[in-house]
Amino acid sequence: MYAQMIKTASDGIKSRDEMSDEERTFQDKIDADIKIEPKDWMPEDYRRTLIRQIGQHAHSEVVGQLPEGNWITRAPTLERKAILLAKVQDEAGHGLYLYSAAETLGVSRDELVEMLLSGKMKYSSIFNYPTLNWADIGAVGWLVDGAAIINQVALQRTSYGPYSRAMIRICKEESFHARQGYHAIMAMAFGTPEQKKMAQDAVNRLWFPALMMFGPSDKDSVHSEQSMAWKIKIKTNDELRQQFVDQTVPQILYLGLDLPDPNIQWNEERGHYDFSDPDWSEFFNVIKGNGPCNTDRLAARGKAWDDGQWVRDGLLAHSRKKAAARMAAE
Amino acid sequence: MTRDDAFLQFLLRMGDNTLVLGHRVSEWCGHAPVLEEDIALANTALDLIGQTQMWLALAGEVQGDGKSADDLAFLRDAWDFRNALLVEVPNGDFGRTLMRQFLFDSWHKLMLERLKGSSDERVAAIAEKAVKEVTYHVERSRDTVIGLGDGTEESHARMQEALDYLWPYVGELFAGDAVDAEMVAADIAPDPASLRADYDAILAEVMAEATLSIPKSGFAHKGGRDGRMHTEHLGHLLTSMQWLQRAYPGARW
Repeated sequence: MYAQMIKTASDGIKSRDEMSDEERTFQDKIDADIKIEPKDWMPEDYRRTLIRQIGQHAHSEVVGQLPEGNWITRAPTLERKAILLAKVQDEAGHGLYLYSAAETLGVSRDELVEMLLSGKMKYSSIFNYPTLNWADIGAVGWLVDGAAIINQVALQRTSYGPYSRAMIRICKEESFHARQGYHAIMAMAFGTPEQKKMAQDAVNRLWFPALMMFGPSDKDSVHSEQSMAWKIKIKTNDELRQQFVDQTVPQILYLGLDLPDPNIQWNEERGHYDFSDPDWSEFFNVIKGNGPCNTDRLAARGKAWDDGQWVRDGLLAHSRKKAAARMAAE
Repeated sequence: MTRDDAFLQFLLRMGDNTLVLGHRVSEWCGHAPVLEEDIALANTALDLIGQTQMWLALAGEVQGDGKSADDLAFLRDAWDFRNALLVEVPNGDFGRTLMRQFLFDSWHKLMLERLKGSSDERVAAIAEKAVKEVTYHVERSRDTVIGLGDGTEESHARMQEALDYLWPYVGELFAGDAVDAEMVAADIAPDPASLRADYDAILAEVMAEATLSIPKSGFAHKGGRDGRMHTEHLGHLLTSMQWLQRAYPGARW
């Protein structure tokens, strides 16, 4: 997941008559569910939109290490610490596949990192919220990765081959993350009164930010139409959000926790849960950089990059020396 | 000291080394110089924590009063920790972290290779499993030390500084005492001093390739393996690590 508010680079959908021959062949492939591969012709706007989407997704995986890293050193048991380390390692690995998928579109990882650090590219709004108690780590696995999976399962069918294949791989690992998160929060919800309080606090704070992960409401989501026609996006934001709510409410009830929204109610007629919209003004504020952690998250990534410059330079210099020595020997 | 007392001390030394170093390495999460290093550091920390679970579970068993690996990790105070001082010093920059890793990994691999032949089957089994992971750790830390030592002027200077800082902590790994003598007598573990010649040969080769100078001083800080005197850093590490278990006694996580 983790792609929100992706501005589709297009002036609107063209009718078949308006398309060039290349564009028609391209659209026919998409309509026939044939994957687009890196060497295939593609409209420039398709390429640009995908770079934005995959790049944002990759950045989210990388920045997402920070809120979890916040608790690795305080994990309460060796097993929880090991699970969290394994999860964070997976996420950095997801970042790597996704940067590689983006590279097939002609943008380098360094360029993408540069755009993240300069604020030209975003990462998911969810990672601008803090992790304040240990139950947040369970909730991040259960709610945040749970929300991510819903989006990513749909994206396994996305039209761009490398992105679709990355999603298939990532989904397998994400479902393990969501399960371990739920188990961690279960231990707390069924634990001591203090632990239950932590679990409730985590659900209350993270519920609406998790709903925001799917992006704005369809009526305000101006970029979706072209992305859906290109099968870069498979389901609408509201469809995915509803699916998440329907799946998660029974899990909250099973834990014996209070629902985080008084308006959550089963709607017999719709066959879905009704629920309140998140506060969209808060969402747009977070996107603009005013979330509780935006400044610190970006500063941490910037510092890691700057502090690591000498390491990257050193290793590169060494490999050049070795290559030169090999050449000289031949 | 009974044989079981000595065996317990030996197991705590092994388990506390991996616990404390695993903790230190995990502090890097999300802050490494490049994404591949984030993955490698998390992977190393994960292996070390997994090894801790095995060593400390066995320590609890040998101690015989029903303590779990978690009880030993989270409910002992600094004076009960038996790790070498080398693993508790702060990470410093990436160079110091990887230099410490190499200095430890090289010892760790030699030790585990010998422990595979331990007269205690449980020790031999843990060593058998751990040495596979540690073989990878030392390959990676070795390559990084060489790459950065023989990289740019700046990376060279930083790696030399790291080696100079860490060198006085190396000797403790090889300083035997009554516990070790008891382990040797029982054929459970080797005399630490017997690993030194191989270790020095590895270091000489790697540091030469890395264009780094091994300090001449033979001075060694000690006090970690016997708990006599840890550094000031360990208390802070335990404060974070043990906080939840201490603040909410008896809770299950």
